[in-house]
Amino acid sequence: MSLAARVATLIVAVFAVAGGAIFAVAHYLLGGPPTVDFAAGPSGQVSVVMQTDASSSPAAVPDHPTWVSYFIRAPATGRWIHTTLFQVPAHTRVNVTIFGYDGSTPVRNQYWGQVTGTVGGVAHYGGKPVQTVNGWNGPYLVQHTFAIPGLNLNVPVEAGPATCTAGPCTGNAHSTTTFSFETPAQPGAYRWQCFVPCGLSYLDGNGGPMQTIGYMTGNMQVAS
Amino acid sequence: MTAAPTAVPAAGTGREPNHGLRIVAIWLPIALAADLLIWFVWGPHLPPGDLSNSAASQQSDLTVMAVLAAPVMAFVLVFAGYALVVWRHREGDDEDGPPIHGNTRVSVAWIAITSALVLSLAVFGTAELVNPAGAGAGEGNTPIWKPGGGAPLQVQVIAQQWRFTYRYPQFGGFESTTLMLPVGQNVQFNVTSLDVIHSFWAYQLGVKADANPDVDNVAYTRPLHTGAVTVRCAELCGLWHADMTTAGRVVTVAAFRGWATATRTQLAPLTKNLPPFTLTYDPNAVAQLGKAFQKAGLSGAGGQYYGPQYPVQP
Repeated sequence: MSLAARVATLIVAVFAVAGGAIFAVAHYLLGGPPTVDFAAGPSGQVSVVMQTDASSSPAAVPDHPTWVSYFIRAPATGRWIHTTLFQVPAHTRVNVTIFGYDGSTPVRNQYWGQVTGTVGGVAHYGGKPVQTVNGWNGPYLVQHTFAIPGLNLNVPVEAGPATCTAGPCTGNAHSTTTFSFETPAQPGAYRWQCFVPCGLSYLDGNGGPMQTIGYMTGNMQVAS
Repeated sequence: MTAAPTAVPAAGTGREPNHGLRIVAIWLPIALAADLLIWFVWGPHLPPGDLSNSAASQQSDLTVMAVLAAPVMAFVLVFAGYALVVWRHREGDDEDGPPIHGNTRVSVAWIAITSALVLSLAVFGTAELVNPAGAGAGEGNTPIWKPGGGAPLQVQVIAQQWRFTYRYPQFGGFESTTLMLPVGQNVQFNVTSLDVIHSFWAYQLGVKADANPDVDNVAYTRPLHTGAVTVRCAELCGLWHADMTTAGRVVTVAAFRGWATATRTQLAPLTKNLPPFTLTYDPNAVAQLGKAFQKAGLSGAGGQYYGPQYPVQP
């Protein structure tokens, strides 16, 4: 092989490796679920609407597993987005509504049956205030939790009357859990998670959706 | 070496200086200064501090180790520096130095000093492990070394992805995300996990104990001062492992009792929902779960969280 051919081969190889590395990094950085941006309304408050589903329809999560998942409703379009990333303004009251399309998956540690960090220390199940839920014995049953440990926020989400396995669901029977909390004055990322190991088919329910952003855990970005 | 074996030494240059004495003369003040600095200046700031007896013990261990290691390190550096300066290669000197193997005195001294160091440190380390009741490390469910002085305050550490919670069985068994401890009182941590392997690392207390599911891992400490405690998980445990932290406090006995009494009352509605206090919990086999599943019309029979019909992995 001539010197020119060897040099050309080397250059091509270097570009191929560099291109592959750049693609991998870009794919990793840009390939995650989208962030839903919530701006404060005229009242100075933010309304975040979510839903939980026992599993997701393949059309909603193309190329991804159809695990149990949260969905977030985009405020501008009303479309359900398969993501657990959202952004809210700092020092703002956030009113959260979670439609529960999953059945009972009781908390393993009953400690997470306690509502903490919300305005008034309460959540509402179908409009009825609750503070401590016994997810093992009722009267209310729990399917998941919405918790932001950095804000000491924890809300057990009421189990739905039926299980919808093709999320995002709209017409099915569901529970409605509502609560409000104040975002901190300090901007930053606050992780949130479900404390019910609900990764069905994974070891003790701890894998899969429990460990994957976009399903049962995510980030709340507090913007200045 | 600069002297050629066949050359006749010139007058006044024939006596080789006593290099050993020179090296010791240089090394001794350096080692002494280093040890004094370590003992009086650096030592009191070594991690993890002296918030508890186990932390203070670790701090003093690190200080002793540093005091012993500094002269050894200083000797190596002084010897290397001396060799570079005095025994460096000089222009026109192309001959090898004399062979120095087989020096019995040096060999015996080397073996004796290093053996004495290592064996004394082994004895010292063992004593330091026994003395503060396990030195803050997890001793398993049958601890060998227990603190004296009455029954300790029992705090159960429950790890779960990704938060630590703490139960206080001597105060009605309430559970909290806050770690609060009284100063001057022995504390017994019973560390366990509800899911995967975690590690309870209360840095300022000098306590570190693995949190394994179905295992009760006991660690002891006694807070010596009031102050803040940062608890971290020290075992890679999943997506939010790095965020699995707790802010705790060591407070006065009166403040602790006030906090414990108030929290017990405040959390009473929650505490009655908790399972009875035990040293470990099997969250996959909770008797009450069967009722919840029945109410929900689900098939988790037998109180199993996920029944045997589900594979461990997809």
